[in-house]
Amino acid sequence: MARVTELSVNGGRRRIDADSDRTLLSVLRDDLDLTGTKFGCGEGQCAACTVLVDGVATKSCLIKVGAVAGKKIVTIEGLAPANALHPVQQAFLDADALQCGYCTPGMILGAVSLLRRSPNPSEAEIASGMNGHICRCGTYPRVVHAIRMAAAKGGKA
Amino acid sequence: MKRRDFFGVLGGGILVLLEDDAIYAQETGGPRGGNQAAPLELGAWLHIGDTGVVTVYTGKVEVGQNARTSLTQAVLEELAAPAANVKIVMGDTDLTPFDIGTVGSMTTPRMWPQIRKAAAAAREMLLDLAAQKWSVDRTTLKLADGKITSGAHTGTFGELAKGEKWTRSIPSSVPLHAAGDWQAAGKSVPKVNGRDMVTGAHKYTYDMKKPGMLHAKVLYPPQFGATLISLDAAAAQAMPGVKVVHEGNFVAVAAPEHETAVRALAALKAQWQPVTAEADDHSVFQYFRQTSTNAPAPANLTAYTIAYIAHVPLEPRAALAEWEGDRVTVWTGSQRPFGVRSELAQLFGIPEEKARVIVPDTGSGYGGKHNGDAALEAARISKAVGKPVKRNWTRDEEMMWAYFRPGGLIEVAGKTAPDGTITEWEFHNYNSGGSGLQSPYSLASRKEQFHQSKSPLRQGSYRGLAATANHFVRESYMDELAHAVKMDPLEFRLKNTKDERLRAVIIAAADKFNWKGRQKAPLKGFGIAAGFEKGGYVATCAEVDMNADTGTVKVRRAVVAFECGAIVNPEHLRNQVEGGVIMGLGGALFEEVRFGQGKILNTHLKEYRVPRFADVPVIESVLLDRKDIVSAGSGETPIVGIAPAIGNAIFDANGRRIRRLPLMS
Repeated sequence: MARVTELSVNGGRRRIDADSDRTLLSVLRDDLDLTGTKFGCGEGQCAACTVLVDGVATKSCLIKVGAVAGKKIVTIEGLAPANALHPVQQAFLDADALQCGYCTPGMILGAVSLLRRSPNPSEAEIASGMNGHICRCGTYPRVVHAIRMAAAKGGKA
Repeated sequence: MKRRDFFGVLGGGILVLLEDDAIYAQETGGPRGGNQAAPLELGAWLHIGDTGVVTVYTGKVEVGQNARTSLTQAVLEELAAPAANVKIVMGDTDLTPFDIGTVGSMTTPRMWPQIRKAAAAAREMLLDLAAQKWSVDRTTLKLADGKITSGAHTGTFGELAKGEKWTRSIPSSVPLHAAGDWQAAGKSVPKVNGRDMVTGAHKYTYDMKKPGMLHAKVLYPPQFGATLISLDAAAAQAMPGVKVVHEGNFVAVAAPEHETAVRALAALKAQWQPVTAEADDHSVFQYFRQTSTNAPAPANLTAYTIAYIAHVPLEPRAALAEWEGDRVTVWTGSQRPFGVRSELAQLFGIPEEKARVIVPDTGSGYGGKHNGDAALEAARISKAVGKPVKRNWTRDEEMMWAYFRPGGLIEVAGKTAPDGTITEWEFHNYNSGGSGLQSPYSLASRKEQFHQSKSPLRQGSYRGLAATANHFVRESYMDELAHAVKMDPLEFRLKNTKDERLRAVIIAAADKFNWKGRQKAPLKGFGIAAGFEKGGYVATCAEVDMNADTGTVKVRRAVVAFECGAIVNPEHLRNQVEGGVIMGLGGALFEEVRFGQGKILNTHLKEYRVPRFADVPVIESVLLDRKDIVSAGSGETPIVGIAPAIGNAIFDANGRRIRRLPLMS
């Protein structure tokens, strides 16, 4: 079976040795210990596993690691420099846009991707753009508010 | 932890032990194991060591309800320190006092004042130490920002506690100053460990690893209750690194990589004895009536049905287990760590002190994580293979093998006088539960009964318990009665209650919603519902638009008024109220566990729909702050009003009374 031996993650090159048909989620979590990327359903329904691949929100539970070799992957751990917060992360804190926090990394990366496509989205655009993400605690209105706050501060990165 | 061990484990300093016999009277979260050791008599303890960090130990856990934050506020209310110097150790059976569980919205009314009392006692001890050390009058001492000062003297908590080994036991009857005088409490303090959540740094159980650990999968039967006839594990056993565990009906595989474990599971060849299921999702409501343990209601009542629904915590059940000799440690996301400890002790026939359960802040529970399903599996497999074992449930395992909010059949009847006064009320709940069964309205005559029935599915606690079902039926039927006497549903409710707190939330919600000024339009409807449960009063108004072509409903707007006594953290309370409404929207509109032939038929999120961004209406919450009333919890009650408010709004829109949950089945 074809193997993938290197991934570009969070601005650095990481050595791995993984079957190319493994999911990106599995490799990030099990091989690289980047567990900020969450398993929620494993079937693309909840988006807790969202990462950025070449800047675009991607469900890492569906994509095979072989398909992202050579592409730039950003996980929640690499969204901002160490000890700093990305404006979207800060906005989630400011809006209290979380309860248990399990969906939060995926939500934040989904929001970052959305703001790159649409720097000043309306509430309706946010609702449709983020509709793949599940927050079972029901913080959706707060997430919408956080994204609007980040947009107002030029939250795209 | 035994009393004599405290300073050995925690280091020197000062220690407050809060004694509370009443803690064992808390509502239980489910059946207890039979091997329960005599519980400690302490409700909480608080330690200050030479670092000056104030550490509180409580058996409560954090599942997103923000108890870690509110309990930090409880400390800061009595003991002025930088928030960063307050640490709350939660849900560790070796370190924290026994606790019945994070259940029944009890953290705020019971644990919160206890921790304040412990912090208040520690404050007095620090003042005593400072007065003694500096030989000054106690009245000259000032305490702020983690320091005590008097004239030229100054000492941090750590400097004052250093070298001490002073323990004070206090009864839980210590008085506390009233909410009107609160300094740190009553304010919108942000989530204390929110930063770890937004950076991905927090390790949930699902994320945890141990060196040398194996990933495990369990071979579940194809139907509930099916028994294993034969197993051929040869192909799985031949895979490198794979271990197979086979103990009676329990079959599991473990491997160094998760994918290998998945392949090994698929390679098992098992034959199961089929089971004939007693009911499916259609026949279950009559099944409840037929299996009722007491006499069913007369046949002429109005029947409502409530579907089974699933908790769907975004973090599925998970556990990491490790044995050292005859002692097991399990990390798991559970609302009842001490209950899980009992389950472990019972399964392995070991004393409770040989099992330690640690609960990291967990990816939600909603009443769905009261037991140790994944913990028992991980510990059992770990014992068999002699290595640490990780057992992470998949989403479909979670949907099939967790327990559910009970389904129910509810039969109701009532009579009203021409002026709208309810004169008779009869209400029978089969299987769904007794919480919220009693009407909060003034009823001249009432019969309210819970009928225990057989459940074809494994069922248990859920946010709000049966209060959601009972409020849905009661408030829908209140609407039926109001329309029968041609009274406005708001006026009808106010006519039938003298409870000032209930009236206050009804009026607050109606005012904010502009109920009296509502504008009727084709296919548009407005509904109202109210109730009381677990110390909280709620009233909910909803506006809906019906789609004439599809018959579906769009909820446009919801206004919720909520009152649970003195508000501890307004923003977090608002967050809970909104979250309850949104979670309740799912059970109101479309969530329904479908089952037949002894299995769940919708185990994937594309078949079991939960609320998403596009489903969410405009939500406005009105929080009534009653500083004269002791704070109650808010994690559950706000969920109960949304379903009947929507059902009543649908009737208002199209004259169709839907007597089932979910409404859009």
